[in-house]
Order: sequence, then structure tokens, then C-alpha cells
Amino acid sequence: MGKTLYEKIWDAHVVEVLPSGETLLYIDRHLIHEVTSPQAFDGLRLAGRPVRRPDLTFATVDHNIPTDDTRLNVTDILSRTQIETLKRNTAEFGVPYYGLESDRQGIVHVIGPELGITLPGQTMVCGDSHTSTHGAFGSLAFGIGTSEVEHVLATQTLRSVKSKTYSVQVDGQLPVGVTAKDVILRVIRDIGAGGATGHVVEYRGEVIRALDMAGRMTICNMSIEAGARAGLIAPDQKTFDFVTAVDRPFAPKGQALEAALERWKTLVTDEDAQFDTYYHLDAAELVPQVTWGTSPAMTTDVTARVPEPDQVPFVNPQDVERALNYMGLKPGTAIEEIPVDVVFIGSCTNSRIEDLRAAAQILKGRKVAPNVQVLVVPGSQQIRAQAEAEGLDRIFSEAGAEWRQAGCSMCLGMNPDQLKPQQRSASTSNRNFEGRQGVGGRTHLVSPEMAAAAAVAGHFVDVRNFA
Amino acid sequence: MEPFVKHTGKYITFDRANTDTDAIIPARYLKKIERVGYGELLFMDLKQKKGEPLPDFPLNRPEAEGASVLVTRQNFGCGSSREHAVWAISQWGFRAVIAPRVGATPGFADIFRNNSYKNGLLPVEVSEEFVNRLFAHSPGQVTIDLEARTVTAHLPEGDVTESFPVPDGAREMLLKGLDEIGLTLQFASAIDAYESRHPEVAPAA
Ligand code: SF4
Repeated sequence: MGKTLYEKIWDAHVVEVLPSGETLLYIDRHLIHEVTSPQAFDGLRLAGRPVRRPDLTFATVDHNIPTDDTRLNVTDILSRTQIETLKRNTAEFGVPYYGLESDRQGIVHVIGPELGITLPGQTMVCGDSHTSTHGAFGSLAFGIGTSEVEHVLATQTLRSVKSKTYSVQVDGQLPVGVTAKDVILRVIRDIGAGGATGHVVEYRGEVIRALDMAGRMTICNMSIEAGARAGLIAPDQKTFDFVTAVDRPFAPKGQALEAALERWKTLVTDEDAQFDTYYHLDAAELVPQVTWGTSPAMTTDVTARVPEPDQVPFVNPQDVERALNYMGLKPGTAIEEIPVDVVFIGSCTNSRIEDLRAAAQILKGRKVAPNVQVLVVPGSQQIRAQAEAEGLDRIFSEAGAEWRQAGCSMCLGMNPDQLKPQQRSASTSNRNFEGRQGVGGRTHLVSPEMAAAAAVAGHFVDVRNFA
Repeated sequence: MEPFVKHTGKYITFDRANTDTDAIIPARYLKKIERVGYGELLFMDLKQKKGEPLPDFPLNRPEAEGASVLVTRQNFGCGSSREHAVWAISQWGFRAVIAPRVGATPGFADIFRNNSYKNGLLPVEVSEEFVNRLFAHSPGQVTIDLEARTVTAHLPEGDVTESFPVPDGAREMLLKGLDEIGLTLQFASAIDAYESRHPEVAPAA
């Protein structure tokens, strides 16, 4: 029987099968950020251990930092300590660091691909659950906790148990106005917030093949919201074109690249390979999606209404009631009638240049509705520069949106960009958990196009009719 | 790490499915650079409102005193990879969390489960029926025997025992309280050998 892509990458990274039955898996790339690494470096220091491969380890700051013009002068003492600790730790252990002063700084999952750190066929980890993003390149990439960060720093390996495999196949053609974000929200809605736990998902089918790398990253990014260990997409010419683009300092070049391309072309699931679980979606039936609750699985069509508590798959009625109560919503309310206070366009899910262009296209020549605050936050300083070169920043400013510096920003309530209690957002990020964007904040997850349209209308609207 | 062999203790219940790590410990508390001081931050935004404790929240009820096992619903610990969630639970005083598998949805999210093992907090996945029994008699006593991979509820109607899954590797680490990194470093020559037969690992720049 043939092998899946996941099994091929796994097999190529087995250092040793341990007596316990665990596999010692080699890790090719390790990304680090300020929040989940300080205790790991402390552990190394306590035990007198070095970082085994600082050349395979890369650090940046993203979660904690302000995205306005105060960014170089972080006033929050705890945040500043965390940022300075990362700077000190990376200097002490010889790890490359892209700090606030670097023009390469950005969200860890955005700069990985940008710098050519992310490559097909690799194993990659980061103390961050959205590491699954890098699976868009056919890289087996997953989030780990701080103890595992320390383990990888010290040994460049992880003790792992093989996951099950999940085929998510999306066929047909995406209708106009429907995006990668809508695909993944719909998948999570259909399989549930824990539906892919214990699995590595491979996204397949015509729709996936037709997506650009940005769209593929959006999809793989949210794999974790269905519980998956990782998401994968087989690399193809689009992947190779991305990796061989001019400005990828860490990607192979010349002969090394030729050899790598030969290997990368074998990174496909064999025809006769079997997955443990299958899911299929026909893109023709897709419409823009909007989340209405406090889990990414609590999603519906923009044309639909907030559901009755007993009409929600995978969730107990009392949990739905609690979610609706938190969200300040009544069953039966049309999604398009829900007003928004804040629109956030950014995060490792949707902050790449393609996302910004899509939002700009909607905002061009229009004005943000009165009383709506709009933040547009590029994923990296490189994307910021590119957007400015294309004049997108002017489109955003003229529409009345705030154009920010790179960072996680309002994706999580850890830096100054936060919702106030009961403020309601349309957000292109990946989590609508209670308090995720700030204590008491109410988050609705959507695509960049839908977020931009909501910014103009002041409430959710079907972007397909947004002329 | 403190070994986990067998534990008998009081359980309390928290009736909520899909509890995410933002609920376990909100992001604004992740700014510390230490590993300790998280216990009192557990469930911060659920247990209080504007600084006032909510008396009905399980951790605020009198029976929470001395509890060492938390019984809850499926897909516990979903969301972010923050190990702070596990630190908060174990530093509050819990040694184990019990949650059910319901259909295709497991008791615990993957990363949370891994993080728990590394910190001597035992995630115990059982049947929904077993958890329902615990909910029906809360608070109560359970015995978790890692050696035997069983959990026994000491209920008014008598003892009920169920087995739970735990990977061999994690079990061995927990039973002996081992330093996992130290153990892996014993395979340094295997790692060296892998690196020499896998030359493409080095980045270009
Ligand atoms: S943008 Fe959001 S999800 Fe992505 S790394 Fe930052 S905080 Fe995590």
C-alpha cells in the first residue's frame, strides 16, 4: 500500500524508534517568539545545556508588541521584559533574532515562509498552535508547548507518537466572493472543534490546487481549530515558485536547489494510500461564512440566521446558550443585521499582501461607516513595505482605516490592540473564544473581503452583493 | 518533575465542553518569564467579574477546598499551545483532569495533553457514562492508578473502575518523574548520525 504525504515526511525524519514506542523525530526548523520561550531558555541554563542547532532556530517578536508608532518604546513593563528577555536569550545562545528594529520582523508564521525558512518536506515546530500554517508548503509543521520547546532547543528532536491521517477534499470551483477563509470555516463547522484531534489533515482537490500560497496558508493555519495536529498541502509549481522567489535568504540556491526540487517533487500522497478519515466538500455549495459564537465551529452562512440552541451540531444546547449570551445575540437574528464596532484585518490567518489587496479592493473609493474602528495590520514589515509600494496604505487611510505596523495585534488580547467589553468585531483572525480579543469582546471571524465590506456597511453584509 | 504513580483525592466538576486555553488562562497573563505564579490565575475570566468572585463558579465553592482532580467535558484544553494553561491547573493544586471522549471528539486537545504529561498533570480520558456518574455525585473521591492505567470512582453505590489510555513513553516518564531531555540526550550519537545522513537540513544563509 502507498504512503500519504504525512507518512513520507514522518519516515524521512525518524532518528530512532525508542523502547517506549515513541519515535525520536528530527526537527528541521524551530521558530521562537517571546511568549512561550523564556521558561525554555531558563531550563537550558539551569541544566547547563546549549542550543544544539542555533542555525536551525529563528526568533522574532510578535504577540506582545504595540502596532502603532509607540512600538519601539514599549511601555508595558511585563511586555518589555519579555521582549528584552528574548533578545538576551537569543544573543546568549546564538539564535538569529528578528526584533522590532529589523525590517524582517513580523508574525512568526508570516516571516517563516517569507525568509525561506519554511521549505517543503521539512519538519517544523514553534511554541504556537498556528504553526500548522507552514503545512501549506508541504512541511510537517505543528505547535508545541514550552517543555517541548526546551526539548527541541536541547536535542533538535521531539519524542512523538504518529498521528492518524485525515483527507479533506474540496472539489469544484470557488464561487465569486468565496475565499480560502470560507472553505476552512466551513470545514471546521462541518467536522467540529475537536473533529480532527489526533489527526494530521491533508487538504486536497481542485479548489486547493487552484489556491495561491496565501490562500493555502489561510487554510492550513486554521487546522488546529478543528483540533488537528497539523495541516498539509502537497507542494506544486506554485510552492516552488514561492520558495525560489528572489528574496528568500534561507532557501536553497543553485545546485542545492536543483537537488531539493527533485526531492520535493516526490512529496505527494501515493494514489493507493489510505487515510484514516475522509471528508469531502463541493465548492459550488459554498457561500461566505461568519462565526456567531465562541468557537470557530460555531459558524454559519452570511445569508443565514443565528441558530436555535438545539440546532447546533457537536455542541450541547446549554453551551450554545452560554455562547449566545456572551455574544449578546438572539436565535433567529439574521447575520446581516448584526452591527460591528471594530474591524480587524490581520493575523497569521489573513495578513499577507494578497489579503490586504482583497480588502483594499472593497475599501477603494469607499468610507468606513461612522463609529466603526478599522485596524489594518500587515503580517510583517516586508508586507507593510510592499503594500505601501502598491499604494494600499493610502486606500486604507482614505477610507478611514488605521494602517499599522506588523504584529499579532488584535488577534489576541495581549498587546494594546484590544476590544473593550461588549464591543463587537468582524475579524480576519482565527479564534473567537471568549475574551480572545480582549475581556468581554465579541468576535466574528470572516474573510478579509467580508471584514472590509462590514467596515463600510457597519454590519455584516454578503460581499457577493456588495457593489 | 514530581512522579505520578497513584493518586487518591477529591474531585470537583466543571460542566463545560470545548474549554479553550484562553478560558483556562487569558493571554494577558502570559507575560511572565517564570514558570510559577499561575495557580491563582486559573479560569480568571470565568471565576470573577470586575474583581468580584462569582460564588457559583466551581473553584469558588466551598467544596473546592482541597480538591486535586478536575472533572469536566470533552475537548478540554483546545486552542493555543500555551503551557501556562497546564501550569495554572497544576499550580492551583490539581494532579489530574478527567474528561470524556464523545463520539469522534476526544477528552483532551492534543497539545494540552502533551503539555500535561510534561508537567506531571495526568489527563484521564474516560467514557461519557463514567463522567456522568462523577457529575451526579460531586464532590467525591477518585483513585487514579497510573501503573494499572485505571481510574476508580468511589461512589455511594460502590466503586466503579474504568481504564484510560496513556502512551507508554509518557507513562514511564510520569511514573519515574524522569528528565525527558536527559533521556533523549542519551541518543546523541543517533542524532549525530541522522544529521550526517540528512545533509539538506542546513539553511542556505
Ligand atoms: S496572529 Fe494570532 S494566532 Fe497568529 S501567532 Fe499571533 S496571536 Fe497567534
